Amino acid sequence: MLSRVADSVYWMNRQIERAENVARAVETTLGLALEGTVDPGRLWNALVCASGDQADFWARHGLADQARVFEFLAFDPDNPNSIYCCLQAARENARTVRDMISSPMWEEINKCYLFVRGASAVRADFADPREFLDEVKRASQLIAGATDATMSHGESWHFARMGRLLERADKTSRFLDVEHFFGGAQGGGRDPVQWSAVLGSASALEMYRKQYGAVSRRDAVEFLVLDRAFPRAMHFCLIKGEESLLAITGGTKGTYSTPAEQQLGRLRATLDYAGIDEILGGQLPAGTPAAPAGLHVWIDAFQSRLNAANDALHDTFFALRPAGTLVEAG
Amino acid sequence: MDLRSYATDGYWDELFDDSLGPRPGAEQLVRRLAAFSHGELAARQRAADKALLTMGITFNVYGHEAGTEKIWPFDIVPRVIDANEWTRIERGLKQRIHALNLFIDDVYNGRRIVRDGIVPDWLVDSGKCFRGPCSGLTPPRGVWCHITGTDLVRGGDGCMYVLEDNLRTPSGVSYVLENREVMKRTFPQLFEGQRVSPVENYPEKLLAMLEYVAPPQARNPTVVVLTPGIYNSAYFEHSFLARQMGVELVQGSDLVVLDRKVFMRTTQGLERVDVIYRRIDDDFLDPDVFRPDSVVGVPGLMEAYRAGNVALVNAPGTGIADDKAVYAYVPQIIRYYLGEDAILPNVPTYVCGEPDQCQHVLSKLDELVVKPANESGGYGIVLGPRATRQQLDECRDRIKANPRNFVAQPMLSLSRVPTVVGDSLEGRHVDLRPFILYGEEIFVLPGGLTRVALVKGSLVVNSSQGGGSKDTWVVHPSGAESAPPAT
Repeated sequence: MLSRVADSVYWMNRQIERAENVARAVETTLGLALEGTVDPGRLWNALVCASGDQADFWARHGLADQARVFEFLAFDPDNPNSIYCCLQAARENARTVRDMISSPMWEEINKCYLFVRGASAVRADFADPREFLDEVKRASQLIAGATDATMSHGESWHFARMGRLLERADKTSRFLDVEHFFGGAQGGGRDPVQWSAVLGSASALEMYRKQYGAVSRRDAVEFLVLDRAFPRAMHFCLIKGEESLLAITGGTKGTYSTPAEQQLGRLRATLDYAGIDEILGGQLPAGTPAAPAGLHVWIDAFQSRLNAANDALHDTFFALRPAGTLVEAG
Repeated sequence: MDLRSYATDGYWDELFDDSLGPRPGAEQLVRRLAAFSHGELAARQRAADKALLTMGITFNVYGHEAGTEKIWPFDIVPRVIDANEWTRIERGLKQRIHALNLFIDDVYNGRRIVRDGIVPDWLVDSGKCFRGPCSGLTPPRGVWCHITGTDLVRGGDGCMYVLEDNLRTPSGVSYVLENREVMKRTFPQLFEGQRVSPVENYPEKLLAMLEYVAPPQARNPTVVVLTPGIYNSAYFEHSFLARQMGVELVQGSDLVVLDRKVFMRTTQGLERVDVIYRRIDDDFLDPDVFRPDSVVGVPGLMEAYRAGNVALVNAPGTGIADDKAVYAYVPQIIRYYLGEDAILPNVPTYVCGEPDQCQHVLSKLDELVVKPANESGGYGIVLGPRATRQQLDECRDRIKANPRNFVAQPMLSLSRVPTVVGDSLEGRHVDLRPFILYGEEIFVLPGGLTRVALVKGSLVVNSSQGGGSKDTWVVHPSGAESAPPAT
């Protein structure tokens, strides 16, 4: 398939997944704010920090409160990671690859965008933003469903799945990192209520309970990072993402011929053999009691390596190279 | 619904005759419309609007903020053409395209028609769309104008005239197909018991034509559609046609020319391209040959084309036959190459490049419609009877400064079709753009695109200027022996 088209399909899926995850994070924070155990201002500030766009937020909006953070993450046309901007970009990408995707996919993406645009026009009237967030999640899942059920599972579908899964791995890691921005585990991070909320943001609570029963920090992190079967766990995302990558290149697991295979394979292998203690302990020597900062350090390193894998994908498949360096296929 | 209050206002109406009886072919449709209950028409129109929005059937408007998408207004009352009349229109279009293709080939190879004094030499050489680099070329299979969208209008006398030949990159066919789809989704009852010629096979016909004109050495030709990108006004159509044909939609940056062969950049390396259905104007095709500032074209493309390694559809250079001054000579062109009289008449046209005709135009400016010879989309047209004194003066100055670039025609009283206004019907002016494919044979898509001026009294049907569209039905008399071919 065309490099440009692969790029658009990949990003279209990342953007839709991103919008869904922003909706999930906001929903969770709304729930926690109702619990009343943590100061709401700190909660909303933590959410902005976990999104990674805190500098932009503080510069343009100042102090974090529910109304401002919701506006920033849901509708802000100047925040490229707001739900509105993600879906606008996704639809723009969908338009450029309109000939590659099925009509049901296009219609769901188009409807979802029109819905968010409509909601952003009347946002002053929001009684319960949860209805809006639910609809964004539902739309994203409808699009994913239409993608799986109406698009041939060939090369472009694999690019679509890679986009979804790599974005999801990044976002799940950010849900886990929220405790760091409350002010570390002392700020209530060990509270099972809050870890239930984190599991809830990934719709993971029920699947978690089947495996572990009671909610604890250690088990929740283990589940969301290392589980091989839960579709929002980071390990699962990398395993399936790498499968798609190898389906595209025709490569074999454990070997590589492109920078993309090398980076993604290495990151996946790290999770294959990682233990929960080293994740919670960060880079501290084995035997040291798990320090609260450990998880944050580990997540930070994971996110940079995921970014490196994304850059490698770009260089391998999407970058436009000058005519002289190109070779004919097959 | 009470149709007795409908008024034709002295115009030729496509559905009703002067005594409000249905015209041939429209009997069933009129009966069904009359049976509608109060509010049904408006409800159906709303359903159709919603379907268009969901399907994302849009066009972009230039001059507004970048990439402004609009839904192209669609009116649910179809325009009907009786099959007998259609047969004559179809023959007329085939004749015209046949002759124009011979004309273009002659212009770039020998110019017999100029030497024989049928058209003046200044007409060809000064044509804005004449392309010197195409001289001496013969495209694969000798076809230049593979896809044409001829504009027809019906005057107050009930006669169909050719208004314009669009032989460059005519657009609108996707709306013909989508309009039919929307009609079937939202108004299935209207079709019951009718024999309406199908339009759904256009993409297959188009693909077959594109494969037919591939360079002979390409055994299994790879066809692509070349678009300037999503901000082009017709992007929806480009992606629609690529999708319907199952071929790649490419942009200039996706293509690369190596060793006078064209390739596309894929995730697996380079892949050879044999036929390019390009929706980019000649000027922007290849910065090495035409406009050097083009960023949507492909450097080296013309060289690959001249080497016979790729087919371009339409061929570069067809715009010369699209020139409105050349248009005035088409009846002579048909007689010259085919020895026949034109089946479809031209609108009488004054060519300002001819001094005596120019004098006539300047003295009757307030009665005539003045058109630039090489614009499309309705831009630059001055309607004499509706223009202000100042507009007429400016128009006169422009003609005097560059007479070659203008033609003038009498103001036509375009026919009308009943159109939904609220919950009732009012007449609105329409034109008709049939689409013609020239491959192994010449194929005319039954019906075409009916564009309608939605503003009361307006004659401007262009999508960029407040026009909408209607489904167009070629209706056959019910009776098995006269059924349309089921292709």
